[in-house]
Amino acid sequence: MADVTPMKTPAEQALSAAYSAARTTLPGKGAVTKLREQAFARFEERGLPHRRVEEWKYTDLRALMRDMAPLAAPPEAAARAKARDAGKLLAGVDARRIVFVDGAFAPELSDLTPEPGLTIGSLADALAKGTASALGTAFTTDDVAVALNTALMGDGAVIDVAPHARIKRPMHLVFAGTGNSSAFVRSLVTVGEGAEVTVIEDHDSGEAQVNAALELIAGDHARVDYFKITQAKGLHVASLLARIGADAHVNTFAYTAGSPLVRNQSFIRFDGERTHGGIRGVNLLRGEDHVDTTLFIVHAKGHCESREQFKTVLDGESHGVFQGKIVVAQHAQKTDAKMLTRALLLSEDAEADNKPELEIFADDVVCGHGATAGALDPGLKFYLMSRGISDAEAEALLIQAFIGETVEEIAHEGIREALMNAAIAWLKARSA
Amino acid sequence: MSLLEINNLHVEIESEGKKILNGLSLTIEKGQVAAIMGPNGSGKSTLAYVLAGKPGYAVTDGDVLLDGESVLEMGADERAAKGVFLAFQYPVEVPGVATMTFLRTALNAQRKLRGEAELSTPEFMKLVREKSGELGITSEMLRRAVNVGFSGGEKKRNEILQMAMLQPRLAVLDETDSGLDIDALKIVADGVNRLRAPERGMVVITHYQRLLNYIVPDVVHVMAKGRVVKTGGKELALDLEANGYAQYVGEAA
Repeated sequence: MADVTPMKTPAEQALSAAYSAARTTLPGKGAVTKLREQAFARFEERGLPHRRVEEWKYTDLRALMRDMAPLAAPPEAAARAKARDAGKLLAGVDARRIVFVDGAFAPELSDLTPEPGLTIGSLADALAKGTASALGTAFTTDDVAVALNTALMGDGAVIDVAPHARIKRPMHLVFAGTGNSSAFVRSLVTVGEGAEVTVIEDHDSGEAQVNAALELIAGDHARVDYFKITQAKGLHVASLLARIGADAHVNTFAYTAGSPLVRNQSFIRFDGERTHGGIRGVNLLRGEDHVDTTLFIVHAKGHCESREQFKTVLDGESHGVFQGKIVVAQHAQKTDAKMLTRALLLSEDAEADNKPELEIFADDVVCGHGATAGALDPGLKFYLMSRGISDAEAEALLIQAFIGETVEEIAHEGIREALMNAAIAWLKARSA
Repeated sequence: MSLLEINNLHVEIESEGKKILNGLSLTIEKGQVAAIMGPNGSGKSTLAYVLAGKPGYAVTDGDVLLDGESVLEMGADERAAKGVFLAFQYPVEVPGVATMTFLRTALNAQRKLRGEAELSTPEFMKLVREKSGELGITSEMLRRAVNVGFSGGEKKRNEILQMAMLQPRLAVLDETDSGLDIDALKIVADGVNRLRAPERGMVVITHYQRLLNYIVPDVVHVMAKGRVVKTGGKELALDLEANGYAQYVGEAA
């Protein structure tokens, strides 16, 4: 029997048409064009990932992505003005704002004050000049969402931190969306040996459909704190692609709230010994929100420690997905990896799928994982209420405590408080 | 009017229909400290939970009146605002909520329910410093999450601190002596004795007479099989210590 070629969905057809129409005008030529062509071929061959693709089992993108919004046009004045209000969650944090409007770099909204050791540019510019040579090298994957990003990437941030530079002020990359369009944003962050930086990828993208990818290459002895904030009303698929050197400290933290359909996937490779990684996040879901956190962590070298911890609060008929895979390579002895995911179900109709996986090829490691899903502890709630605290306030306190345990791990006080306050505001809206 | 009046109370565990209280009647007067003693399974802790409003218990008959008003339809928070306080036998750990935040939230929530203004930060700090000092609770403990990493004695002292902060009308102490060594017992008993007041009633639930050497009761009630089977003066506790509960368990059958 001949192979069955499935019918292309309207979204797949629109993606193909968008690529055909834009391929000659997308930034970059030569090697960049080749990269795009190869990536697009991968998409053409496989189509959008669906439930029979193991990594996408719980987030059937082919079914969920009904259509593709048109590629965003360069933002006009009105859109740029609107973008001034984006990323307000971190308004109280002294950070360097780098703003993208509908996927395009907006230098006039960005703080480009020079700082020794720090280079900031736009991806469109780097692609046109052919200077983004590290692009596509952080983590090799054949994931189709990443392939689509590579094929259609338009703009994003290119940040380089020179060896031993210590960039104190967090870099706040604000991705503002102002309309019903599609943006394929790609950023590249390279951190030199012994350098320090905090990068916040903040998607305050409104109704826009976003496919985002950020490549992070951290050198030996680097210290990197990476945050991903997602408040997206439109379909949002984001990939972190990271390679981390030896003796480094890298923490990632994802905060997602008020977003109907999100897939956050992190591909992280510990590529040198004695590195510490903290991969954490908090997801707040209500209504029919669907938020998928997928981790693919590779311990390629020994003596590294990684801590994965995710907390998800689910109300209404929301659906939370956690898939965490840790791979320990054959020679990565003395790896110490602990993964924990906990889902707090506030409603009978919410659903949490937890799928932790360990794939260990080394024989001298300490690895573990835990996954729980449950309702608020009635004993705890009664204790609080017996002191006069109302039902709603008791629940809010307990939920706050549930996520607080993870948020407390954030070292930066301002960001920690901003995220906790955002979570508390979300809880208040819930009980109002 | 009596402070607390329990009339013919019948209670069962909702999920299994198991009957725990069988027509219990009991009166607590203002200013009175009453001890409730009884063997395991006599329903002492259930009585404490039902008074505080813990979900999961069905009252099938009878009533509980506080200052003449039935509390059975009230939630646990409303009862607390009316002045009911339960010192837990096993105080619960609340990770992520600092003790100080908890005390302030509870105190202000009660005041709000009673239509009173919230305490200002200086007023609150003054109160918490005074009360925690009396119980030997350090500011470091107040910063920690509620009961997390506290020893058994610290947890019980924390219960008494909450009671001292909230100034209830009716305090129910459920086996507050369990798991305490003699020094901790004295600290806790001193804390309770400081709260004795003409308008306040206390119910001290215990297995053993020992606690009653430190918190001397005005009256002792003996419970067996879900009801009060004997009421007497403080000497009744000594009699129980000497002769055990067997005589009462027989009587109630």
